[in-house]
Amino acid sequence: MNYTTTQLILFFSLVSLATILTRVLPFILFPEKKKIPKFVQYLADVLPFTIIGMLVVYCLKDVSFVQMPHAFPEIISIAVIIALHLWKSNTLLSIGGGALLYMFLVQCVFI
Amino acid sequence: MTSKKAALLAAIPHTIPVFTGYIVLGAAYGILMDSKGFGIIWTLLASVFVYAGSMQFVTISLLAAGFDPLGSFLMTLMVNARHLFYGVSMLNKYNGLGRLKPYLIFTLTDETFSILCSTDAPKGIDRKWFLFFVSFLDHIYWILGSLLGGILGSMMNINTKGIDFVLTALFVVILINQWKSAKSHIPALIGISSALLSRILFGASDFIIPAMIVILLSVTILRKPMERENVQ
Repeated sequence: MNYTTTQLILFFSLVSLATILTRVLPFILFPEKKKIPKFVQYLADVLPFTIIGMLVVYCLKDVSFVQMPHAFPEIISIAVIIALHLWKSNTLLSIGGGALLYMFLVQCVFI
Repeated sequence: MTSKKAALLAAIPHTIPVFTGYIVLGAAYGILMDSKGFGIIWTLLASVFVYAGSMQFVTISLLAAGFDPLGSFLMTLMVNARHLFYGVSMLNKYNGLGRLKPYLIFTLTDETFSILCSTDAPKGIDRKWFLFFVSFLDHIYWILGSLLGGILGSMMNINTKGIDFVLTALFVVILINQWKSAKSHIPALIGISSALLSRILFGASDFIIPAMIVILLSVTILRKPMERENVQ
Protein backbone atom coordinates (compact mmCIF):
# COMPACT_ATOMS: atom_id res chain seq x y z
CA MET A 1 0.00 0.00 0.00
CA ASN A 2 1.58 3.22 -1.12
CA TYR A 3 0.57 6.23 0.88
CA THR A 4 2.47 9.42 1.56
CA THR A 5 3.21 10.34 5.16
CA THR A 6 0.83 13.29 4.90
CA GLN A 7 -1.98 11.04 3.71
CA LEU A 8 -1.43 8.61 6.57
CA ILE A 9 -1.30 11.40 9.15
CA LEU A 10 -4.54 12.81 7.78
CA PHE A 11 -6.13 9.36 7.72
CA PHE A 12 -5.22 8.39 11.29
CA SER A 13 -6.09 11.88 12.59
CA LEU A 14 -9.58 11.62 11.14
CA VAL A 15 -10.12 8.11 12.50
CA SER A 16 -8.87 9.29 15.90
CA LEU A 17 -11.08 12.38 15.79
CA ALA A 18 -14.19 10.38 14.88
CA THR A 19 -13.46 7.90 17.68
CA ILE A 20 -13.01 10.71 20.20
CA LEU A 21 -16.29 12.28 19.02
CA THR A 22 -18.23 9.08 19.76
CA ARG A 23 -16.69 8.94 23.23
CA VAL A 24 -16.98 12.59 24.22
CA LEU A 25 -20.35 13.57 22.73
CA PRO A 26 -22.54 12.51 25.70
CA PHE A 27 -20.30 14.48 28.07
CA ILE A 28 -20.49 17.60 25.86
CA LEU A 29 -24.28 17.36 25.52
CA PHE A 30 -24.77 16.83 29.26
CA PRO A 31 -22.04 18.75 31.12
CA GLU A 32 -21.58 18.31 34.87
CA LYS A 33 -23.01 21.66 35.86
CA LYS A 34 -26.26 21.28 33.95
CA LYS A 35 -29.02 19.08 35.29
CA ILE A 36 -29.32 15.91 33.23
CA PRO A 37 -32.81 15.55 31.68
CA LYS A 38 -34.89 12.87 33.42
CA PHE A 39 -35.02 10.63 30.36
CA VAL A 40 -31.24 10.72 29.93
CA GLN A 41 -30.83 9.97 33.63
CA TYR A 42 -33.10 6.97 33.15
CA LEU A 43 -30.95 5.83 30.20
CA ALA A 44 -27.80 6.29 32.28
CA ASP A 45 -29.30 4.00 34.93
CA VAL A 46 -30.60 1.31 32.65
CA LEU A 47 -28.10 1.18 29.75
CA PRO A 48 -25.16 -0.36 31.64
CA PHE A 49 -27.32 -3.42 32.23
CA THR A 50 -28.31 -3.70 28.57
CA ILE A 51 -25.00 -3.01 26.85
CA ILE A 52 -23.02 -5.88 28.37
CA GLY A 53 -25.51 -8.32 26.84
CA MET A 54 -25.06 -6.54 23.52
CA LEU A 55 -21.27 -6.84 23.87
CA VAL A 56 -21.49 -10.59 24.44
CA VAL A 57 -23.47 -10.93 21.20
CA TYR A 58 -20.97 -8.58 19.50
CA CYS A 59 -18.09 -10.90 20.49
CA LEU A 60 -19.95 -13.89 19.07
CA LYS A 61 -21.17 -12.19 15.90
CA ASP A 62 -19.05 -14.27 13.52
CA VAL A 63 -20.01 -17.60 15.05
CA SER A 64 -22.09 -19.81 12.76
CA PHE A 65 -24.51 -22.49 13.88
CA VAL A 66 -24.76 -23.86 10.36
CA GLN A 67 -21.09 -24.31 9.52
CA MET A 68 -18.71 -26.63 11.36
CA PRO A 69 -18.11 -26.72 14.31
CA HIS A 70 -21.70 -25.50 14.80
CA ALA A 71 -20.80 -23.07 17.60
CA PHE A 72 -20.00 -26.00 19.89
CA PRO A 73 -16.73 -24.53 21.26
CA GLU A 74 -18.56 -21.29 22.16
CA ILE A 75 -21.61 -23.00 23.65
CA ILE A 76 -19.55 -25.43 25.75
CA SER A 77 -17.11 -22.78 26.97
CA ILE A 78 -19.83 -20.28 27.91
CA ALA A 79 -21.79 -23.00 29.74
CA VAL A 80 -18.65 -23.87 31.70
CA ILE A 81 -17.97 -20.20 32.49
CA ILE A 82 -21.51 -19.78 33.81
CA ALA A 83 -21.28 -22.96 35.90
CA LEU A 84 -17.83 -22.07 37.26
CA HIS A 85 -18.90 -18.56 38.10
CA LEU A 86 -22.13 -19.55 39.83
CA TRP A 87 -20.17 -22.15 41.80
CA LYS A 88 -17.02 -20.27 42.85
CA SER A 89 -17.76 -16.60 42.02
CA ASN A 90 -14.08 -16.14 41.25
CA THR A 91 -13.79 -13.80 38.26
CA LEU A 92 -10.28 -14.77 37.20
CA LEU A 93 -10.96 -18.49 37.59
CA SER A 94 -14.13 -18.25 35.47
CA ILE A 95 -12.47 -16.18 32.74
CA GLY A 96 -9.18 -18.10 32.73
CA GLY A 97 -10.85 -21.50 32.87
CA GLY A 98 -13.33 -20.60 30.12
CA ALA A 99 -10.68 -19.14 27.81
CA LEU A 100 -8.28 -22.08 28.29
CA LEU A 101 -11.09 -24.55 27.63
CA TYR A 102 -12.06 -22.64 24.50
CA MET A 103 -8.45 -22.65 23.25
CA PHE A 104 -8.22 -26.38 23.89
CA LEU A 105 -11.50 -26.97 22.03
CA VAL A 106 -10.59 -24.95 18.93
CA GLN A 107 -6.98 -26.17 18.80
CA CYS A 108 -7.36 -29.85 19.68
CA VAL A 109 -10.98 -30.97 19.42
CA PHE A 110 -12.94 -29.04 16.79
CA ILE A 111 -10.12 -28.45 14.34
CA MET B 1 1.68 4.10 50.93
CA THR B 2 0.49 7.05 48.89
CA SER B 3 -3.13 7.04 47.79
CA LYS B 4 -2.08 6.89 44.12
CA LYS B 5 0.02 3.81 44.67
CA ALA B 6 -2.80 2.17 46.64
CA ALA B 7 -5.20 2.96 43.80
CA LEU B 8 -2.80 1.45 41.26
CA LEU B 9 -2.44 -1.75 43.30
CA ALA B 10 -6.22 -1.97 43.72
CA ALA B 11 -6.73 -1.48 39.97
CA ILE B 12 -4.30 -4.16 38.74
CA PRO B 13 -6.35 -7.31 39.58
CA HIS B 14 -9.41 -5.91 37.79
CA THR B 15 -7.39 -5.46 34.60
CA ILE B 16 -5.80 -8.92 34.36
CA PRO B 17 -8.34 -10.38 31.89
CA VAL B 18 -7.97 -7.26 29.75
CA PHE B 19 -4.19 -7.62 29.96
CA THR B 20 -4.37 -11.07 28.39
CA GLY B 21 -6.86 -10.01 25.74
CA TYR B 22 -5.17 -6.75 24.80
CA ILE B 23 -1.65 -8.15 24.61
CA VAL B 24 -2.82 -10.85 22.22
CA LEU B 25 -5.25 -8.78 20.14
CA GLY B 26 -2.83 -5.83 20.16
CA ALA B 27 -0.09 -8.16 18.91
CA ALA B 28 -2.43 -9.43 16.18
CA TYR B 29 -2.98 -5.83 15.10
CA GLY B 30 0.76 -5.10 15.15
CA ILE B 31 1.52 -8.21 13.10
CA LEU B 32 -1.16 -7.32 10.55
CA MET B 33 0.10 -3.73 10.21
CA ASP B 34 3.65 -5.04 9.82
CA SER B 35 2.57 -7.55 7.15
CA LYS B 36 0.88 -4.74 5.18
CA GLY B 37 4.14 -2.81 5.19
CA PHE B 38 3.27 -0.10 7.73
CA GLY B 39 6.18 0.93 9.94
CA ILE B 40 6.02 0.44 13.68
CA ILE B 41 5.50 4.19 14.13
CA TRP B 42 2.03 3.99 12.51
CA THR B 43 1.07 1.05 14.70
CA LEU B 44 2.20 3.04 17.75
CA LEU B 45 0.37 6.22 16.71
CA ALA B 46 -2.84 4.32 15.99
CA SER B 47 -2.76 2.42 19.28
CA VAL B 48 -2.04 5.57 21.30
CA PHE B 49 -4.40 7.99 19.56
CA VAL B 50 -7.16 5.87 18.03
CA TYR B 51 -7.18 3.21 20.76
CA ALA B 52 -10.24 1.34 19.57
CA GLY B 53 -9.52 -2.33 18.95
CA SER B 54 -12.05 -3.38 16.35
CA MET B 55 -11.81 0.00 14.59
CA GLN B 56 -8.06 -0.33 14.22
CA PHE B 57 -8.57 -3.63 12.42
CA VAL B 58 -11.11 -1.90 10.18
CA THR B 59 -8.56 0.84 9.31
CA ILE B 60 -6.41 -1.81 7.65
CA SER B 61 -9.24 -2.74 5.29
CA LEU B 62 -10.03 0.95 4.75
CA LEU B 63 -6.44 1.65 3.74
CA ALA B 64 -6.43 -1.41 1.48
CA ALA B 65 -9.49 -0.04 -0.30
CA GLY B 66 -7.83 3.26 -1.22
CA PHE B 67 -7.50 6.76 0.23
CA ASP B 68 -10.93 8.08 1.21
CA PRO B 69 -10.69 10.50 4.18
CA LEU B 70 -14.38 11.45 4.41
CA GLY B 71 -15.55 7.86 3.94
CA SER B 72 -13.13 6.68 6.63
CA PHE B 73 -14.33 9.38 9.02
CA LEU B 74 -17.98 8.36 8.57
CA MET B 75 -17.15 4.66 8.78
CA THR B 76 -15.39 5.29 12.11
CA LEU B 77 -18.41 7.15 13.46
CA MET B 78 -20.60 4.16 12.59
CA VAL B 79 -18.28 1.44 13.86
CA ASN B 80 -17.77 3.32 17.13
CA ALA B 81 -21.33 4.57 17.63
CA ARG B 82 -21.73 2.14 20.54
CA HIS B 83 -19.38 4.39 22.55
CA LEU B 84 -22.27 6.86 22.82
CA PHE B 85 -24.02 4.39 25.12
CA TYR B 86 -20.91 4.09 27.28
CA GLY B 87 -20.71 7.86 27.68
CA VAL B 88 -24.35 8.16 28.68
CA SER B 89 -23.90 5.31 31.17
CA MET B 90 -20.87 7.00 32.74
CA LEU B 91 -22.32 10.53 33.03
CA ASN B 92 -22.75 10.15 36.80
CA LYS B 93 -19.67 8.06 37.57
CA TYR B 94 -17.34 10.42 35.71
CA ASN B 95 -18.63 13.46 37.59
CA GLY B 96 -16.12 15.46 39.61
CA LEU B 97 -12.98 13.84 38.24
CA GLY B 98 -11.36 17.17 37.41
CA ARG B 99 -8.31 17.03 35.18
CA LEU B 100 -8.41 13.23 34.89
CA LYS B 101 -11.81 13.31 33.18
CA PRO B 102 -10.72 14.04 29.58
CA TYR B 103 -8.31 11.10 29.64
CA LEU B 104 -10.94 8.77 31.11
CA ILE B 105 -13.38 9.73 28.36
CA PHE B 106 -10.71 9.33 25.68
CA THR B 107 -9.87 5.79 26.86
CA LEU B 108 -13.44 4.49 27.29
CA THR B 109 -13.12 1.24 25.29
CA ASP B 110 -15.55 -1.72 25.41
CA GLU B 111 -13.38 -3.49 27.97
CA THR B 112 -12.58 -0.50 30.17
CA PHE B 113 -16.25 0.43 30.15
CA SER B 114 -17.30 -3.10 31.09
CA ILE B 115 -14.96 -3.11 34.10
CA LEU B 116 -15.69 0.40 35.31
CA CYS B 117 -19.47 0.28 34.92
CA SER B 118 -19.60 -2.86 37.05
CA THR B 119 -16.88 -2.13 39.63
CA ASP B 120 -16.55 0.46 42.34
CA ALA B 121 -13.28 1.47 43.96
CA PRO B 122 -12.62 -0.70 47.04
CA LYS B 123 -13.14 0.91 50.46
CA GLY B 124 -10.43 3.39 51.41
CA ILE B 125 -9.19 3.69 47.83
CA ASP B 126 -9.27 7.06 46.05
CA ARG B 127 -12.12 6.64 43.54
CA LYS B 128 -10.63 9.09 41.01
CA TRP B 129 -7.27 7.38 40.81
CA PHE B 130 -8.81 3.92 40.78
CA LEU B 131 -10.85 4.84 37.69
CA PHE B 132 -7.75 6.42 36.17
CA PHE B 133 -5.46 3.46 36.70
CA VAL B 134 -7.90 0.87 35.33
CA SER B 135 -8.21 3.04 32.19
CA PHE B 136 -4.47 3.78 31.99
CA LEU B 137 -3.33 0.17 32.49
CA ASP B 138 -5.71 -1.05 29.77
CA HIS B 139 -4.36 1.62 27.40
CA ILE B 140 -0.76 0.59 28.17
CA TYR B 141 -1.56 -3.11 27.60
CA TRP B 142 -3.00 -2.33 24.19
CA ILE B 143 0.00 -0.19 23.18
CA LEU B 144 2.45 -2.82 24.47
CA GLY B 145 0.64 -5.63 22.68
CA SER B 146 0.59 -3.83 19.35
CA LEU B 147 4.30 -2.87 19.68
CA LEU B 148 5.18 -6.48 20.50
CA GLY B 149 3.29 -7.66 17.42
CA GLY B 150 4.80 -4.96 15.22
CA ILE B 151 8.38 -5.68 16.34
CA LEU B 152 8.39 -9.45 16.76
CA GLY B 153 5.87 -9.93 13.97
CA SER B 154 5.89 -13.36 12.48
CA MET B 155 8.76 -14.48 14.74
CA MET B 156 6.19 -15.42 17.34
CA ASN B 157 5.40 -19.05 16.90
CA ILE B 158 3.03 -19.97 19.72
CA ASN B 159 -0.40 -21.27 18.92
CA THR B 160 -2.60 -18.59 20.43
CA LYS B 161 -5.68 -19.53 18.42
CA GLY B 162 -8.79 -18.81 20.45
CA ILE B 163 -7.09 -16.76 23.17
CA ASP B 164 -9.14 -13.69 22.24
CA PHE B 165 -12.05 -15.59 23.80
CA VAL B 166 -10.75 -14.18 27.08
CA LEU B 167 -12.61 -10.94 26.29
CA THR B 168 -15.84 -12.80 25.52
CA ALA B 169 -15.39 -14.60 28.84
CA LEU B 170 -14.87 -11.25 30.59
CA PHE B 171 -18.17 -9.91 29.23
CA VAL B 172 -20.00 -13.14 30.11
CA VAL B 173 -18.74 -12.95 33.71
CA ILE B 174 -19.72 -9.29 34.01
CA LEU B 175 -23.14 -10.19 32.63
CA ILE B 176 -23.54 -12.88 35.32
CA ASN B 177 -22.45 -10.47 38.06
CA GLN B 178 -24.93 -7.87 36.84
CA TRP B 179 -27.63 -10.52 36.57
CA LYS B 180 -27.11 -11.43 40.22
CA SER B 181 -27.00 -7.83 41.48
CA ALA B 182 -29.74 -6.26 39.33
CA LYS B 183 -33.22 -5.73 40.72
CA SER B 184 -34.70 -6.41 37.32
CA HIS B 185 -33.47 -8.67 34.55
CA ILE B 186 -35.43 -6.83 31.87
CA PRO B 187 -32.53 -4.53 30.83
CA ALA B 188 -30.12 -7.44 30.36
CA LEU B 189 -32.72 -9.39 28.40
CA ILE B 190 -33.41 -6.35 26.21
CA GLY B 191 -29.70 -6.03 25.43
CA ILE B 192 -29.21 -9.68 24.52
CA SER B 193 -32.42 -10.09 22.53
CA SER B 194 -32.10 -6.79 20.62
CA ALA B 195 -28.55 -7.65 19.61
CA LEU B 196 -29.47 -11.22 18.64
CA LEU B 197 -32.47 -10.06 16.61
CA SER B 198 -30.38 -7.43 14.78
CA ARG B 199 -27.55 -9.89 14.19
CA ILE B 200 -30.00 -12.33 12.56
CA LEU B 201 -31.72 -9.63 10.49
CA PHE B 202 -28.75 -7.48 9.44
CA GLY B 203 -25.75 -9.82 9.43
CA ALA B 204 -22.46 -9.75 11.30
CA SER B 205 -20.99 -6.53 9.91
CA ASP B 206 -23.96 -4.15 10.13
CA PHE B 207 -25.94 -5.03 13.19
CA ILE B 208 -24.68 -2.80 16.01
CA ILE B 209 -26.47 0.41 15.02
CA PRO B 210 -29.83 -1.37 14.45
CA ALA B 211 -29.27 -3.13 17.79
CA MET B 212 -28.72 0.24 19.50
CA ILE B 213 -31.92 1.59 17.96
CA VAL B 214 -33.94 -1.45 19.08
CA ILE B 215 -32.47 -1.12 22.60
CA LEU B 216 -33.36 2.60 22.76
CA LEU B 217 -36.91 1.92 21.55
CA SER B 218 -37.40 -0.98 23.97
CA VAL B 219 -36.17 0.85 27.06
CA THR B 220 -38.21 3.91 26.06
CA ILE B 221 -41.38 1.87 25.72
CA LEU B 222 -40.71 0.04 28.99
CA ARG B 223 -39.73 3.16 30.94
CA LYS B 224 -42.86 3.38 33.09
CA PRO B 225 -42.91 -0.24 34.31
CA MET B 226 -39.12 -0.26 34.82
CA GLU B 227 -39.15 2.95 36.84
CA ARG B 228 -41.90 1.45 38.93
CA GLU B 229 -39.60 -1.49 39.60
CA ASN B 230 -36.94 1.07 40.48
CA VAL B 231 -34.24 -0.34 38.24
CA GLN B 232 -30.91 1.07 39.25
